[in-house]
Amino acid sequence: MEKDTGLLLYRNMLLIRMSEERLAQSRQAGLVHGACHTYVGEEAVATGVCAHLNQDDMVFSTHRGHGHALAKGVSPFEVMAELYGRETGCSHGRGGSMHLFKPEVGLMGTSGIVGPCILQAAGAGYTFKLLGKPNVAVAFFGDGASNNGAFHEGVNLAAIYKLPVLFVCENNLYATEVPASYSSGNPDIYQRAIGYGIPGVKVDGNDAWEMFLAAGEAVRRARAGEGPTLIEAKTYRTRAHSEGMRDVGYRTQEEVEAWKARDPIKMLRDRLLSDHTVDEDDIDNIHNDVTARVTDDHQRAADSPWPKGSDALSHVYFEGA
Amino acid sequence: MKEQTYTVAAREALDEEMARDPRIFVMGEGIGKRGGNFNTTLGLYEKYGPLRLCDTPIAERGFIGLAVGAAMSGSIPVIDFMMVDFILDAMGEIINQMAKMQYMSSGRLRMPMVLRGCIGIGGAAATHHSGSYYSTFSNIPGLRVIVPTTPADVKGMFRTALRGNDPVIMLEHKNLLSNKGLVPEEDYTTPFGQARIARAGKHVTAVGVALTVQKCVQAAEVLAKQGIEVEVIDPRSTSPLDIATILQSVKKTGRLMIVDDAFEPCGFGAEVSAQVGAYGFDDLDAPIRRLSGAFAPTPYSPPLEQEIVPSVETITKALYDLVKE
Repeated sequence: MEKDTGLLLYRNMLLIRMSEERLAQSRQAGLVHGACHTYVGEEAVATGVCAHLNQDDMVFSTHRGHGHALAKGVSPFEVMAELYGRETGCSHGRGGSMHLFKPEVGLMGTSGIVGPCILQAAGAGYTFKLLGKPNVAVAFFGDGASNNGAFHEGVNLAAIYKLPVLFVCENNLYATEVPASYSSGNPDIYQRAIGYGIPGVKVDGNDAWEMFLAAGEAVRRARAGEGPTLIEAKTYRTRAHSEGMRDVGYRTQEEVEAWKARDPIKMLRDRLLSDHTVDEDDIDNIHNDVTARVTDDHQRAADSPWPKGSDALSHVYFEGA
Repeated sequence: MKEQTYTVAAREALDEEMARDPRIFVMGEGIGKRGGNFNTTLGLYEKYGPLRLCDTPIAERGFIGLAVGAAMSGSIPVIDFMMVDFILDAMGEIINQMAKMQYMSSGRLRMPMVLRGCIGIGGAAATHHSGSYYSTFSNIPGLRVIVPTTPADVKGMFRTALRGNDPVIMLEHKNLLSNKGLVPEEDYTTPFGQARIARAGKHVTAVGVALTVQKCVQAAEVLAKQGIEVEVIDPRSTSPLDIATILQSVKKTGRLMIVDDAFEPCGFGAEVSAQVGAYGFDDLDAPIRRLSGAFAPTPYSPPLEQEIVPSVETITKALYDLVKE
C-alpha cells in the first residue's frame, strides 16, 4: 500500500469516527434535537469509495449518512451545525441527521426514506451519459434498502442503460432491528447482480484497503462506459440504530464485541504499522490533527447562530439564481 | 395563428424545446420508436435518438425516481406517463423527493422536470385508467399542477414548464386531445397561476377544470338562450391557483359554482369555495355550490360511468337552479 493512500484512508476514517463520537456526546448533552444515526463501525466503506471520487462526482445517501457526507468533503463543522439545528449547517437547519445536502461538493443528499437514493444515483448517471460528462454517481444504502422495490427497479434501469453508477450496499446485518438473514431470500446481496446482468462484488466492509480496491475497479468501469457495479460491503454498526435508542433484544453483546474486535480503523492501523508503510509518529500526528479539528468544529458549530424563523417558507419553489 | 389539435400543439412545444435545449429528455413506456401511446412523441425518436427518447420498463417508481436524480444533477426529464393512475406507484418519489428537493437543499438544487399524461373519466376505461388526482397533487408544497384545456394553452404552458426550474405535473384530459384550436405562430409562453375567462357572463360564475371547462361552456350556451349569462373560468393551473380572477368574477355575478370530475371531499372545489368564502363573502348572493365526480371508484359500463361525472345537462340544471336561488 502506498503511504499517501494509507494515511488518507486512515485520516478520513478517523475524522468520521471522532465526529460521530462527538455527535453522540452532543446528543446526550441536548445539542442534537432529533435523530442521530451514527456510522461508527462502517467508516471503511464510505472512505474507500469516496477516495476515488472527484468533487463533481455525485453521492446519494441514506439515513445513516454522516460518514458519506464527511467522506465526500462536507466539513465536520457543517455536519455538526446541521445536527445542532444551526444556520451554518450544510442544510441551513432544514434537515438534521437525515437530510444532509452539499451539492457544491457532490453530496446530493441523505434521505429519511430508505431506497430513493438508489434511483437518484441512476438518474445522475443518466445525466452524465446524456450530457457526455466523465463523472460517476454512487448510491450508498443498507441491507434494508436491498429488499425495497427501489433497489430492483433502480439497479435494473442502470443496467439496461449502462449507466456510470456504483451501488454500494452496506450490509450491516440489520434493517434497524430486523435481521437481513430473516428478511432476505438470499442474504448474499451481491449475488442479486446476476439477475440484472451486472457485476456483483462481495467485500469485507471493515477492510479499508479491500474497499478501496473494489471501489477503484467499479469506478474505473463506470468511467470507461462499462456500466454499473453492485458492491456488497459486509460490515456492522457497533452503536445503536439511533443514539439514545434501546439497543437490546435483537443482537447479542458477544456479536457486538466480535465486530468491535474487527474495528476498521484498528485493522488499517495494524496493517499500516506491520508492513512498515507508516510509523507510530505518522499515526500520532493524524490523531492530534483530527482531535483538534473535531474539537474546534464542534465548538464553532455549537456557537453558531440559529436560523431565522422567517426563513422557514423560503425555497419551497425556485426563487431565482 | 394556425389550427392544431391539442396533441400536435403539445408535441410541437416538446419538439421545439428539445431542439433548443439538449438537457431535455423524455422517458416513458413506448415513447421511443413507437411515438407514444397517444402520439405524444411521434417522429421525435428519429430526430433525437434513443438517449433523449428513452423507452422504459413498466417501473413507474423506478423511472420517476431516476428522473428526480437526473433533474438534481442538471438535466431536464419529461416523464410521459400515459395515465395518471400509473404514477401512483411513484407517490413517494413525487411527494417525498421531487417536491421537497429544492426546499431541503435550501434552493441549491433545482428541479426542472415535467410529469405529463392523461387524466379523466370517459370511454369505458374503468377505474385504473380514469383518475384525475389534481386535487391530491395540489395539496403538496413544491409541485406545480397544470391542467391546460386548449391547444394554445397546452403549448404555452408546456413551454413554461420546460423553461422553468420547478417540478410540474401536466395533466391532459383524454377527451381534449383531439380538440382543435388556434395556436399562435410565434414563440410564446403561458404563465402558471393566471386563469382564462373561457366565456364572459354576468349572472353566475362557473369554474371548471380540464374537460368540465368545456362542459360549462356548453351549458352556458344552452342557458344563454334563456337569458342567463354564465361566466366560465378556466383556472389553467390548480397550483398555483389564480383566486383573484375568480373573486373578480364573483364580485360581478354574486354566484359561484365549481364543477370538476374529481372527488369532492378535500378537493379543488372545497379549496376554491373556502377562499371565496373567506375573501369574497360580501359579494355572494347565494351559497357556493359544487358539482363533482361521485365519491367512488370509476365503473366500466357506459350507463354506470355516465352516472358519476357532471354532464352538460346536470351542469345546466345546477347553474339554472343557482341563478334562481
